[in-house]
Amino acid sequence: MELTRLTARELGGQLIRGEVSAQEAVQAYLDRIAVVEARVQAFLQRDPEGASSQAVAVDERRAAGEDMGPLAGVPMALKDNLCTRHLPTTCASRILEGFRPPYDATVTARLRAAGTVLLGKTNLDEFAMGSSSENSGFFPTRNPWDLERVPGGSSAGSAAAVAAREVAFALGSDTGGSVRQPAAFCGVVGMKPTYGRVSRYGLVAFASSLDQVGTLTRDVADCALVLAAICGVDPLDATSAREAVPDFPALLEGGVRGLTLGVPREYLGQGVEPGVRENVRRAIAALEDLGARAEECSLPHTEYALSTYYLIAPAEASSNLARYDGIRYGRPAAHDDLLSLYGNTRREGFGPEVRRRIMLGTYALSAGYYDAYYLKALRVRTLIRQDFLRAFERYDLLVTPTSPTVAFPLGERTRDPLQMYLADVCTVPVSLAGLPAVSLPAGLSGGLPVGLQIIGRPFDEATVLRAAYALEQGAFWTRTPPPEEVGA
Amino acid sequence: MNYEVVIGLEVHAELATRSKMFCGCPAVFGGQPNTQVCPVCLGLPGVLPVPNRRAVEFAIRAALALNCAVASVTRFDRKNYFYPDLPKAYQISQYQHPLAKGGYVGIATPAGPKRVTIQRLHLEEDTGKLLHLPGGDSLVDLNRAGVPLMEIVSEPELSSPQEARDYLMQLKAVLEYTGVSDVRMEEGSLRCDVNVSLRPAGSAELGNLVEVKNLNSFRAVQRALEHEVERQRALLEANRRVVRETRHWDEASGTTFATRSKEEAHDYRYFPEPDLLPLEISPEWVEQIRSQLPELPGKRRRRLVDEDGLPEHDAAVLTASKRMADLYDACRAGYPDPKTVSNWLMGELARLLNATGRDLSQVPLTAEHLIGMWRLMDQGVLSGKLAKAVFEEMFRTGKDAATVVREQGASQISDEAQLAAVVERVVAANPKVVADFRGGKEQALGFLVGQVMRETRGRANPELANRLLRDQLRPG
Ligand SMILES: [Zn+2]
Repeated sequence: MELTRLTARELGGQLIRGEVSAQEAVQAYLDRIAVVEARVQAFLQRDPEGASSQAVAVDERRAAGEDMGPLAGVPMALKDNLCTRHLPTTCASRILEGFRPPYDATVTARLRAAGTVLLGKTNLDEFAMGSSSENSGFFPTRNPWDLERVPGGSSAGSAAAVAAREVAFALGSDTGGSVRQPAAFCGVVGMKPTYGRVSRYGLVAFASSLDQVGTLTRDVADCALVLAAICGVDPLDATSAREAVPDFPALLEGGVRGLTLGVPREYLGQGVEPGVRENVRRAIAALEDLGARAEECSLPHTEYALSTYYLIAPAEASSNLARYDGIRYGRPAAHDDLLSLYGNTRREGFGPEVRRRIMLGTYALSAGYYDAYYLKALRVRTLIRQDFLRAFERYDLLVTPTSPTVAFPLGERTRDPLQMYLADVCTVPVSLAGLPAVSLPAGLSGGLPVGLQIIGRPFDEATVLRAAYALEQGAFWTRTPPPEEVGA
Repeated sequence: MNYEVVIGLEVHAELATRSKMFCGCPAVFGGQPNTQVCPVCLGLPGVLPVPNRRAVEFAIRAALALNCAVASVTRFDRKNYFYPDLPKAYQISQYQHPLAKGGYVGIATPAGPKRVTIQRLHLEEDTGKLLHLPGGDSLVDLNRAGVPLMEIVSEPELSSPQEARDYLMQLKAVLEYTGVSDVRMEEGSLRCDVNVSLRPAGSAELGNLVEVKNLNSFRAVQRALEHEVERQRALLEANRRVVRETRHWDEASGTTFATRSKEEAHDYRYFPEPDLLPLEISPEWVEQIRSQLPELPGKRRRRLVDEDGLPEHDAAVLTASKRMADLYDACRAGYPDPKTVSNWLMGELARLLNATGRDLSQVPLTAEHLIGMWRLMDQGVLSGKLAKAVFEEMFRTGKDAATVVREQGASQISDEAQLAAVVERVVAANPKVVADFRGGKEQALGFLVGQVMRETRGRANPELANRLLRDQLRPG
């Protein structure tokens, strides 16, 4: 069997048993990339030499008898807002062109320690702001299911690369849906863990109180495996949680019998495509067939989530992105004085969506507007979180669509930011509440993947994964393999 | 018209922690530019702050020593503004929920003791430094960026430049006693901005506030305030308005000048720092820190007055600096007379420190040196006059008194035979004075003793010289 068809877990198993070497695995993926990347454009940077030498090192250590764990030698990619020592980290922004961090993000370091092989850095909407990759400062990534459609965003390259079999798995980041929504559009599994579950150290900040590193994988078992490698408290991130990390891969089995699922009606109402609604209902019915009990419920403050998010996230972004001034790194623009250095560098370096959000956020934090906008948004955020926590008194999990639509055509929403923001309407409330959620494939609508979102209690990724695994194993219709030949 | 002066002080003290506020870089002063930096304090993309527990502890200690109420939950905020010495373009500070509030510092005023209220005390990170080159370019040094800083804001309750200076001295003493800061204004580890306004006596409304910056010494604080009070008084008396603004103190000209008002327009867009969780401070922690507080300057001053019988003023001077007060205590532990100890510390020692521009920590002198010297004086080996020279040598070299005396041959001549020869020479050389004395003019003896001292370059034991002279001159 072609190596790139194996899941990370399967490939890891073959590597452990010595049926294949890390160098062979890397070569298989480099070959695959050579075939499809020109069409998918998932990567901003590739590092074939670095990957090859990492593979050699893994093979040598294995040959020396070292026990290297289930992911050693498995090729992967990182979203280009995760810092990689000595490798470019651009956030798909012109303003960070040429920037090579002197340090690894904690997740980068953990994956290196696990022996995974980094093939490259993937494309995103600039600074993770967007839902289609069309805000990338360099080029848009294509959806492997239909090259004329967007892959979702902002973790576009990571989702597309996994779907197009350019890597075995990838990491992304999720602020308002940036892992889950592209996972849904590309027909892969995308997990955003509980806020604080994964260290943010080295994840270039967009909105600090929402950002969380997440996984993009072929299936749920891979998700559990990668999650286990990256979760856990980090002394370098004061917001990372001390909560014990369960053995996720060992907790997949067990099924959904006895679980109660809430189906919030606000997520299946207006704006949800019929094809998406149908598939989501079918998936819920499948979970019921497997033994779960499902019940309609309500999260009454859902309608305020998007506007709340678009106050809090830009406010934090306006501060987080203030450091890009061209003085210490990045490219300074031509200038006559300090003020024009700031102005010109930032005007030339940032794209229109980033500039829009910086201005929105600056406004929301300004004297005289702070109470009416930012402070009120914080209060509504609390109400939204309370909605969820109240629901979790009754339900073990909540189930919704990941996105109201399937992947939309490139260019369709670029002129209307509000339309673009709606792509995250189902994922944003979960981010505001800081909860864990997975998006997994739930069949096709018009030949394009539909994503089902399963939301769990704080730090209860294990139950989320157990339900996702049960559905994936028990309802085969949900899993349609990605197209054989991308764009062929 | 009579005007009332209203002054408030905003003091920044760098905390004497080993590492910076949010990263592990050394927080020490000095070092080649940009050598004490890491991705965190450089504000590189993706880094996160981790609070320094020791810095929090130091701030709690200072807050307790200043009689403040320590918050049970405190929070950090971001203060946003663009400047090249601020690598993240925001300073992590505290705005809405400072670490402590509502303390006071006691000062003495002509009208009696006064309590100056401390409005708030909070933690923040320091900025880097800019070096402006001739020609307009500037260089950035980020060694100082991220050093823990404590801001202490007084209520506008000070009513004269002298009170402001006394308050600052007291505050400095407390910070020094508690060991939380080096409090060196010249190195910038203690910084002070003042705001001052005048209002008609008896009026409840505050006048337009003027903030004065760039005050690098206690003297500068007082001088700048004196200047500013007079400037504002002259304006008001000429029926002109005092502009609400920030002014810069110019040490050389002894005047203040207005800085561009761009700064005034700042909207810092404070908001809660999302990279840090609210900090919970348990009552147990606070009590533990309280129980370890050292004796504070106020209490120590009382002890010197009540137990050692020193005048208030002497006690205040001796306790204004912890090192001086510690030296006093160490001297007293080995020497019984408080007055001798205080006279030497406030006299010769203060004079030499002043003259050399040094700090007690920079001189090799210890209590043992002084005690040894006083004992030699008591034994009559050293005269008061010679002692000053010996002291200066000890101050300079760190040698003990006995060694200095031996090396300089400075010991007193108490040998009767040796001194008698000198006395004979003096008597022979001054027949007229001798005659005066014999004729009943007692003061003449003083002159002759002086001559003996001169002959021996001050080494003669004066009492012995006196007795030998009387013996010589006794009639018959
Ligand atoms: Zn540092």
